[in-house]
Amino acid sequence: MTSFDAIVIGGGHNGLTAATLLARSGRKVVVIEADDALGGAARSFEFHAGFVSPGLAHVINRLDPDVLSALAIEHATARTAAPTVALSLSGAHAVLRGAYGETIDGVSRDEAARFRELRSKLLFQAGIFKRFLKRRPPEVGEIAFTDLKSFATAGLHLLSKGREEGRDFLRMLLMNVADVADEYLTDDRLKGVAAFDATLGIHLGPRSPTSLLGLYYRLTGEVAGATGAQVVAKGNGHSIAALFDAAATKAGVSIRTGTRVEKIIADRGRASAVVLSTGETLEAAAIISAIHPQATFMALTDAAEIGTGFRRAVGNIRTKGNVAKLDLALDGIPDFPGVARDDLAGRLVIARSIDHVEQAFNPAKYGQFSTDPVMEITLPSLTDPTLAPDGACTLSALVEFAPYALADGWEKGKPAFLKIVLETLERYCPGIGASIVATHFLTPADMEERYNLPGGHWHHGELQADQLLINRPVSAASGYTTPLEGLYLASAGSHPGGGISGLPGLLAARQILSEKRA
Amino acid sequence: MKKYDVVMIGGGHNGLVTACYLQRAGLDVIVLEKNAWVGGAATSRELTPGFLYSNCSYVCSLFRPEIMRDLELPKHGLQVISYEGGAVFTRDGDYLASYRDHDSHRREFARFSKRDAEAYDRYARDVTRQCRFIQPLLMRTAPDPFSFKPRDLQEMLYLARKFGDFSPSEMAATLRFWTMSISDFLDEYFETDVVKAYLALSGIIGTALGPMSPGTAYVLLHHYMGEVDGSVGAWGYARGGMGAVTSALASSFKASGGTIRTGADVAKIMTHRGKATGAVLADGEEVLGKLVVSNADVKRTFLKLVDESALPERFVHRVRHFKMRGSSGKLNIALDSLPEFPALPSGSSCIRGDLHFTDTIERMEKGYDDWKAGRWSADPFVDMMIPTTLDPTMAPPGKHFVSCFVQYCPPKVEGNEWTDADRDAFAETVIRQISDYSPGFRERILHMEVRTPREIEQEVGLTEGNIFQGELTFDQLLFNRPVPGYAQYRSPVRGLYICGSSTHPGGGVMGAPGRNAAAEILRDLRHAPSHMSSAHDVI
Amino acid sequence: MKHLTAFNRAEQGHILTPRLETPFHDRLAALSETNDWYSWAGYKAPHSIFDTELEYFAIRSTSALFDISPMVKYRIRGTDAARYLNRLTVRDVVKLGVNRVHYTAWCDDHGHVLDDGTLFRLGEEDFRLCCQERHLPWLLDSAGGFSVEIDEETAEIAAVALQGPTAFAVLEAAGFAGIEPLKPFQLAEFPHADGSVMISRTGFTGDLGYELFAPANAALGLWDRLWTAGSGFGLKAIGYDALNRARIEAGFIVANADFITAETALRADRERLPDEIGLDWLVDPEKPYFNGRDAILRARAKGTLKHVLVGLEIEGNIPAEGAIVYHRGKKEVGLVTAAIWSPLAKRNIAIATLSRPFGASVTDNLWVEIYAMRELRYQKLMKRARVVPRPFVKLDRRAATPPGRF
Repeated sequence: MTSFDAIVIGGGHNGLTAATLLARSGRKVVVIEADDALGGAARSFEFHAGFVSPGLAHVINRLDPDVLSALAIEHATARTAAPTVALSLSGAHAVLRGAYGETIDGVSRDEAARFRELRSKLLFQAGIFKRFLKRRPPEVGEIAFTDLKSFATAGLHLLSKGREEGRDFLRMLLMNVADVADEYLTDDRLKGVAAFDATLGIHLGPRSPTSLLGLYYRLTGEVAGATGAQVVAKGNGHSIAALFDAAATKAGVSIRTGTRVEKIIADRGRASAVVLSTGETLEAAAIISAIHPQATFMALTDAAEIGTGFRRAVGNIRTKGNVAKLDLALDGIPDFPGVARDDLAGRLVIARSIDHVEQAFNPAKYGQFSTDPVMEITLPSLTDPTLAPDGACTLSALVEFAPYALADGWEKGKPAFLKIVLETLERYCPGIGASIVATHFLTPADMEERYNLPGGHWHHGELQADQLLINRPVSAASGYTTPLEGLYLASAGSHPGGGISGLPGLLAARQILSEKRA
Repeated sequence: MKKYDVVMIGGGHNGLVTACYLQRAGLDVIVLEKNAWVGGAATSRELTPGFLYSNCSYVCSLFRPEIMRDLELPKHGLQVISYEGGAVFTRDGDYLASYRDHDSHRREFARFSKRDAEAYDRYARDVTRQCRFIQPLLMRTAPDPFSFKPRDLQEMLYLARKFGDFSPSEMAATLRFWTMSISDFLDEYFETDVVKAYLALSGIIGTALGPMSPGTAYVLLHHYMGEVDGSVGAWGYARGGMGAVTSALASSFKASGGTIRTGADVAKIMTHRGKATGAVLADGEEVLGKLVVSNADVKRTFLKLVDESALPERFVHRVRHFKMRGSSGKLNIALDSLPEFPALPSGSSCIRGDLHFTDTIERMEKGYDDWKAGRWSADPFVDMMIPTTLDPTMAPPGKHFVSCFVQYCPPKVEGNEWTDADRDAFAETVIRQISDYSPGFRERILHMEVRTPREIEQEVGLTEGNIFQGELTFDQLLFNRPVPGYAQYRSPVRGLYICGSSTHPGGGVMGAPGRNAAAEILRDLRHAPSHMSSAHDVI
Repeated sequence: MKHLTAFNRAEQGHILTPRLETPFHDRLAALSETNDWYSWAGYKAPHSIFDTELEYFAIRSTSALFDISPMVKYRIRGTDAARYLNRLTVRDVVKLGVNRVHYTAWCDDHGHVLDDGTLFRLGEEDFRLCCQERHLPWLLDSAGGFSVEIDEETAEIAAVALQGPTAFAVLEAAGFAGIEPLKPFQLAEFPHADGSVMISRTGFTGDLGYELFAPANAALGLWDRLWTAGSGFGLKAIGYDALNRARIEAGFIVANADFITAETALRADRERLPDEIGLDWLVDPEKPYFNGRDAILRARAKGTLKHVLVGLEIEGNIPAEGAIVYHRGKKEVGLVTAAIWSPLAKRNIAIATLSRPFGASVTDNLWVEIYAMRELRYQKLMKRARVVPRPFVKLDRRAATPPGRF
C-alpha cells in the first residue's frame, strides 16, 4: 500500500491550493483528479477546432492575494480592470469602469453620484463581511480568543465610519438587492447590473430577502488590490488552472490525473485511505476532499461510517444550479451596436432592470427556464488571442436562469433554451447568429456530469444566508474538519464559498497545518 | 384650554393598551380616533343587521395574556375561545385536516405519508424550541446596539446569553431557521405537497413575500409564538369578534378615567422647538398634551402628521424606505346557512377551523408572482374561517359570518389606484375559488364586504393596507423596527412616541408594542410601572 | 416529492375512532371490571382490569396477560439489514444470532438517546424493532446508502406478554410443544391456527415470561388458546399499573417517563447520553461505527457526562415518586422518576436521575424529600436514600432453563 502525508481528492483550484500549501510545508502530497487534466471548472478546453473556452469561470474577480502569495503564483493581470457594459436594447449602454464602477459612462451626473454613494456604502459593508471570509468560521460553543478578537475588530471597523453607518450595516445585511438599489438608484440599467451580480449563480431573485449578500460576496473580491475589480479570464497556458497546476508541480505535489477516487476508507470515526479506480489503495494521515461535499459523503463514504443526522444534513444542502454556460466560436468579432471596441473586451451584461432579473427568476422556481434570460457575456479571445484562430473570436456567456431540475428534463429543454439564448443575443448583437461557427452549451445537468458537481451548482451549494459560515456546508463540518478524523473538506462547498478565490483550499490547508503543530 | 398629560393618536389595540397603562399610572390620557368607533384593525362591525364582522383581524392568539390580566380585560368582556384544526382541500376532492388530538393528527397526515405523519413531531419540536427562544423577547424593549448606554449593553448581553444557552447545533439551526424560506425549511422535514402547503400558510399570512422567499420561516414563527391560555401556538376566536378585544380595552380605559374621542381625525402633530405639544384635528381644533403618542404606523406618523422640518434628514429617509407593502385582502360575508364542503364527511369538525384551498406551495408562490407584477392572485390563497360555528353572538341562529383572508392583493393594481370594478373583480376571483370546493356558496351570500388594501388604508389608516404596520423582514425587526436608532418607541421629536405594530415586536393583535411603549414612556417620566406585569416565565 | 394521487375515502373515517382498539380489545373489554382505559399511542389500553394490587400478584404468583400491541413495531429486512442496524443502534448486532433478541438503544449524532427497545433477529436478514416512540423518519433517513426495507407493522402484528411463574406451564398446556428449551432472549416460531406465532422469552417484569407476536387476525384465537390453557394456572389479564410495579422492581426504565427521548425534548438540556440513563453497558466501542459513537466516547474521555440514573432504596415505606433528591439534605441533586413500595423485596425502591458526581462517585448522604398528600395535607418527609444496584428484585425462575411450572 502506498502511503502519503496527504491525499487531495479533486484537482480543481481549491484542491491544488491545499495540495501546494501542504507540499510547501514539507509534506508528501498527491492529488487525484478524475479528469485528464487539472483545473476543474477553471480549466480551459477546446470546444471546436482552434477555439478554446476559458472554462466556467470566464471572469476573474476574486482570486485571493493571500492565496497567490502562499502559492508563490505570479499572476500578471491587466493593469486596468475590465469594464462592465450594461447593455440596453436601444444601444444607449451604461459602462461601469474601474473597480465596480469607480466611474460610469452613459448615465446622468446625478445618477453617477448616487451610484458612487451606494458603491462606497456597499464596499464598506462588504469589507466587514470580508473579514469573516478570510478565516475559518468560528467554532460554535468553543469560540476561541482569536474569534472574539476578530469579532471585536469587525465591530471597531463597523464603527469606523460612525454609528449611523454601523446601523445601516445591521439593517441592510439581510435585505434584498432590489430594495437597496431602489433606495439609491433610478437608472434601470445600473439597478439591473446590481440585481444580476447579486443573484448570479444563486437561486434567488433580486426581490428575495438576503439577495444583497450575493452582491456583498461579489464585492469582497479583488483583482490586483482593487476591490470589486474584474478581468477577463485567459486560457491555455495562461489560464488560472495552468497557474495553479504549475505551482503545485513546483511544490513537488504528485499528480494523478485520469484516476478516480472510488471510496474513502473509514473505520470507527477515522478516515485512513482511499481506493482508486485503478484498484490501488493509498493511505494518508490527511485526506482532503476538494470535491462537492455531497459527492464526498454520499458517493465516496460508506453510510455506515457517518451519522444519520450528518448524512441527512449533507443531503439537505441546497445545491441545484441555476446557470447555463454558452461558448460560441465566431468567424469574426461581433458588433454590439453602441459598444466601443475596447469595451468589448470587458464584461457585457444583459439585465435591463430589476424586474427583468426578477421575471427571469420566476420560472426557475417551478423548474422552468427563463424565456427572457439575463446573462453576462465576455469575448475572451479579445483578451487572449490564442483562444481563437486569427480573425475569429470566442464568446462566452453565463446565462440565468436555467434550473437544474428542469420540469421537462434538459434533454428536451436544452435545444429550446439554447434557441432562446441565441435569439436574445441576436437582439443585442444583430447578425451574430450568422457568424456562429460552433456552439457549446452546458446546462447545470451537463455541469453535474462533466465536473462531478451535484446539482451542477458551481458554488458547490447555494450561497445563501442559511448555508454560510458555521452552516457551510453543514454545521458539523463547517471548519474544514469533518466527523471523520483525518478527512477534511476544501471545496467551494466549504466556507467562504465558490468563485475562483482559492480561499477554501487555503483555509483548509491552514487548518490541517495548525492541527499538526498542536 | 385643557392640556392632557398624554394625547394618543389612534384607538387601535396597541394605542388602547398604551393608553390603559398610562391612565392607570395616574396620567390623564385622551385617545383621538378618526372613526366613529375604536378598535383600528381589531373591530367587530355590524355592517348588515344581525351580523357582526371581525372585518380586519379575525383570530386571536398573539395577544399577550399578561396584558389581559394587567388591564382586567376579562372583567371588561374579553373571552377567547380555542378552536380546533381546519383543513386544506385538495384539487382531487380530498382534504388534509388538522386535529387537536395528537394521534388523530398523525393518522390524518399518514393518509398522505406515514413518514410525514411522524416527521411532524420533530418539526413541531424544532419550531417550539424557536418559540421558546423568542417569546421572552416580545415584552422587552429591543436594545440599541450602537448607543453604548449601560442599559442597551446590558440588554445586548442578555440576548447574547440567551443565544449562548443554545447548544452548538441549536445555534447553527437557529441561524438557519431565521434566514430560511418556509418552503426550504419544510422540505427538510416533509415529502408531501399538501402537508407542506398546509404548514406553509403561516409563513406568508400578511407578508409581501412568497413561501420560497428567505425569511418566511421566521414569519411562521411570528404566527406560532402566541398562545391561548398557555397552549403555545394555539389560536382562538375572540367571543363577539375581534372587536371584543378593543372594546374590552376601551372599557377598561374608561373605567380608569380615560377619555376617548371618536370622530376626531388628527391632521397634524404640533411641535414647538423640537417638542411635541399636541394634535390638530382635521377641523382645526387643537388638543394639547404634555406628551403625544402615535398609534398610527411609522409612515403615517412621520411622513404625514409631523412636519418634515422637525425631523432629521436621515430619519426621514429611513422612514420613507420602511417597507409597508400591502399584500392582503379580505372578504367578510354573511351567509344564510352553513356552507357545504362535499369533500368533508358530514359533521366534520374541520369546518370550525381554518379552511384553505391551496394544496401546493407552488400555487402559493405563483400567487405571489402575480402580486409582484401588481395583480391580485388569479389563484388566491384563502384563509377562511366561520367563527359562528363556535360563537353564537355574531350572527342570527342558523346564519353565519364568514371571514376570508386573501393573499395576495397588491396595494395598487399594476401601478394604478384600485377602482370599484377592480375590487369587484377581486371578490369574484375569491368567490369562484371557494365555490369550486363549496357548491352553492354564492347563493348563500346575504351580504358581503370586500376589502382591498385600498379599503384597509382608508378605514384603518394602515399605509398601503399592510396589516403588520410594516413587513416582518430582518431589516425591520428588533432594533431595526421601525428604523435603526429609533426602535425604543421614542422619536427624534421630544415628547413624541410611537406605539403601534410598526415597532418591536411587530404586527398581529399582540398588544406587546403598546405595552412596551407605555413602559418606555413611564420610564422617561420616572414613573414606576408597578401595575405592569413582566413577561410570564417560559419554563 | 409526493404528488397528489387518487385517495381512499375510507381512510378519512379514522377521525370517527380517535382511540383505536387493539386486536385483543374484545377480550380485554369483556374482562374489564374497572373500565379504566387510557390512550397508549392512540390505542385504548387498560390501566387496570379488575384490581391493580391483585393484578400485580398475578404477575408474581401465577401468570398475567398484558396486551403490548400498541408498542411500535418496525420490520427491517434486506441484505444490509444487519449492517444498517449496527450503524443505527449502540449494541453489536453481529453478536445477535438468528432467533435471538436483545435490548438495545439508539442515539442521534450527538449521542442523545432517541429510544430504547428490543431488537428481534427473525432471520439472517430479517429483524423486528419494538419501541415506545415512533421513529419512521429517522429509520428511513438512516437507510440511505443501505439496501434495506423498512415497514411499520404496529397495526398488523398483535403482541401480548405472558408473564409470571406459571407462564411456561400455561404455554405448555396451550400446546406450544417445544417451548421448554427456549432460553431468555431466545425466540422461536410455533404453529398457531393456520399460521404461526412467534414466541420470545422476554418481558418487562423481571420474572419468568414470554412475549407472543401474531398477525392481528389471529389475535383473538391466540388469546383464547392461552386463556383456556391458563384457567388452571391462575392466569389473569392485567393493566399497565400492575405491570409498572413489576417493571420498577425489575429496574427497567421507560422512555418519556424515566428519561426524555431526544426527538421529543423541547429543552435541549433534557437530552441524555446512554451513560446518563444507565445504558452504558449497551454501548460497544469495539463494534463498527454507530450513531452517536464519537459523542459518547468523547464525553467518557473528557468526563463531561452530566447525569446518572440510579436505583435508590429509601427509608420508610412511602413511595417517593416525583421527589427531589438532595445531598446532605440541602443541595438539590436530582429527581425520582419512578418509585414504589416493593412487595417482593419489602423495600421502598425508586429510580432516579442525579447530577453527577452525585449518584456516581458521591453516593453518601443522599436524601429524598417526599410530599405525601394525606387527606388534603402534605406530609413532608425527608428520608435517607441509598444507591443500590438494579434490578431491585432478582428471581432465579426468570432465567431457569428449562423453566419451572410455578
